[in-house]
Amino acid sequence: MPRMRFEDLDKITDRMRKVMSLREGSGQAKITVHMGTCGLSAGARKIMKELIRCADESEVKDVIFSTSGCAGLCSREPMITIELTGQAPVKYVDLTEDKVKRIFAEHIVNGKIVAEYALAIGSEQTI
Amino acid sequence: MKSYRTHLLLCAGTGCVSNGSYRIKEVLERELAKHNLQDEVAVVMTGCNGFCAQGPVMTVQPDGIFYQLLLDEDIPQLVEEHLLKGRPVKRLMYTPPEEKAPVPKMSEIGFFRKQRLIALRNRGLIDPENIEEYIARSGYRGLAKALSTMTPEQIIEEVKNSQLRGRGGAGYPTGVKWQSAARHSSDVKYIICNADEGDPGAFMDRSIIEGDPHAVLEGMAIAGRAVGSSHGLVYIRAEYPIALERLNLAISQAREYGLLGKAIFGTDFDFDIAVFQGAGAFVCGESSAMRASIQGEPPEPSAKHTHATEAGLWEKPTVLNNVETLAVVPEIIRRGAGWFAGIGTEKSKGTKVFSLVGKVKNTGLVEVPMGTSLRDIIFDIGGGIQGDRKFKAVQTGGPSGGCLPASLLDMPVDYERLSEAGSMMGSGGMIVMDEDTCMVDVARYFLDFLRDESCGKCTACREGVDAMHQLVSDICAGKGKEEHISLLEELGQAVKDASMCALGSTASNPVLSTLRYFSDEYEAHIREHRCPAGVCKALLTYRIDPEKCKACLLCNKNCPQNAISGVKKKPQRIDQEKCIKCGVCRDVCKFEAVTAS
Repeated sequence: MPRMRFEDLDKITDRMRKVMSLREGSGQAKITVHMGTCGLSAGARKIMKELIRCADESEVKDVIFSTSGCAGLCSREPMITIELTGQAPVKYVDLTEDKVKRIFAEHIVNGKIVAEYALAIGSEQTI
Repeated sequence: MKSYRTHLLLCAGTGCVSNGSYRIKEVLERELAKHNLQDEVAVVMTGCNGFCAQGPVMTVQPDGIFYQLLLDEDIPQLVEEHLLKGRPVKRLMYTPPEEKAPVPKMSEIGFFRKQRLIALRNRGLIDPENIEEYIARSGYRGLAKALSTMTPEQIIEEVKNSQLRGRGGAGYPTGVKWQSAARHSSDVKYIICNADEGDPGAFMDRSIIEGDPHAVLEGMAIAGRAVGSSHGLVYIRAEYPIALERLNLAISQAREYGLLGKAIFGTDFDFDIAVFQGAGAFVCGESSAMRASIQGEPPEPSAKHTHATEAGLWEKPTVLNNVETLAVVPEIIRRGAGWFAGIGTEKSKGTKVFSLVGKVKNTGLVEVPMGTSLRDIIFDIGGGIQGDRKFKAVQTGGPSGGCLPASLLDMPVDYERLSEAGSMMGSGGMIVMDEDTCMVDVARYFLDFLRDESCGKCTACREGVDAMHQLVSDICAGKGKEEHISLLEELGQAVKDASMCALGSTASNPVLSTLRYFSDEYEAHIREHRCPAGVCKALLTYRIDPEKCKACLLCNKNCPQNAISGVKKKPQRIDQEKCIKCGVCRDVCKFEAVTAS
């Protein structure tokens, strides 16, 4: 590291944004991969790895990942839920690596829901 | 930097390290690799999380799930369930004492929710060994602001306006101290960070350095700019090995990034920091004794005819600030004096870090706004008294502080109120005592500590503390006389008046405050030869209730002195001549037949 100038503070902060938004648990986009037994056997691990790879290569810095158990719709796994700040969560079903690549590029990066892969908008209510 | 989906923030403060957090780290990494998760989940070692009572603790981010009391054997389940299958493990979460269901999220646990973090702003959130994580949390921006847009006078003005007062105990206004050092021109000036934390049960400064060392370095550099100094020194005790290691690492990283050394940020400001290891004498926390210690002389305080800001270390203008004071300075500069002065009470601004220990459920490190009541700290954040015993007293301010009774629980904590009540803020130790604590014995304990730690220079402190210790020990042993109380009061005042440094002038506080609030306990010891809390052994008599004794002979077999006699099927008896009052008989009795009174 060369000796820092004032503007380097911003550069480092920017470079570290992915790490810190994860650390602080705050991100513009939250992707939940459902990892119940059904999800795992349908290939949820591959979906997760592909999404992380997309995030790695993307300019978008504040995406955070989460996992959860079975979402109750085992026949449509692998499933993910995407929540953008201030918007209703969207569930995508029957995913493949190619499909999530497109979802990442369109939904996460450009904010446009990929309607043809989406199951529904919104989540069930929990009491 | 590589992306991970999850960070496991595992506490590596001294408390959790002693409970095996580095071993947990190894097991975590092994289990993650077993499930091929090592590229998705990273283990990050952080500084003290604060909730030391539940250590080792770990937070899973971004989920915000808090795990506690982790054991090696819990890890396989945790990794498989939570990290592979997305099902957080309830049994490893924290359950508040009064509740049945665990609280999964750290932000919803009462202990954390009611705190306000300024000095501890990065605790448990960053890796203290990585300068870029500190920078990413707005680190070194206070220094950048001070160097790019402020004159030294403006920095001092800002700190004065924030009304920040020294967190080491005396509460002297930091800005005024800096201004005084700035006014004296000299080729060399020193900024010393006082990390010689010596109070029993206090670990605020250690935890700040362990968890966020750059906050202290940045505060020192800002102080250096304000007073015109390029020499910093951290005086830290050698018995803080983890803090020492992280401090040295932080200094070398800051040098590498050009944040210490010559031409910081490319400006004309030079500032570097050296580390001086103290050998652990309590008196070295006092400014003139510390100066002597650094200069290679015996660490004895000396009379202060001139202020250290004019002629301190090596007769040069010197600013001595406590770790916590320096750690809040960068935030004051970055966010402005008004923000800081808006928190707290009329004369005590900002927050204060306390190490909450003793008979309280949630022992740990706590930061609250000035003016928070003792009750909020001990009962809301601290979770109340262990075993639901009754609260008796809280000792604040370390050995020089005092013991405050239950009637003062609603008192807001700030410098003035604590002094008025006969105690002091001190560096922020807070020792909670329950009904099984004997206040005379507590006074004896602190006098014993101070007797050892007195440097011996002033007669009043050297002999006076010793004499008070003898008197209080006599009272504990049942040899107290009525006139001992007035003698203690007189001695206490004399030691206070005739000692040069703060160690001596506050040494009587534990005695005087217990006499003030718990005189009935002294009287019970002296007049009735009775220790109400059942602590002072000399005043205890163990007896076996013949009605309750089932003659099981357990006590008889376990007594180390063979003081219990009796035959099978007949109630046992204790020979008072032989009894050493160890209490084993009471501990082993299954029928509560053994009583001590």
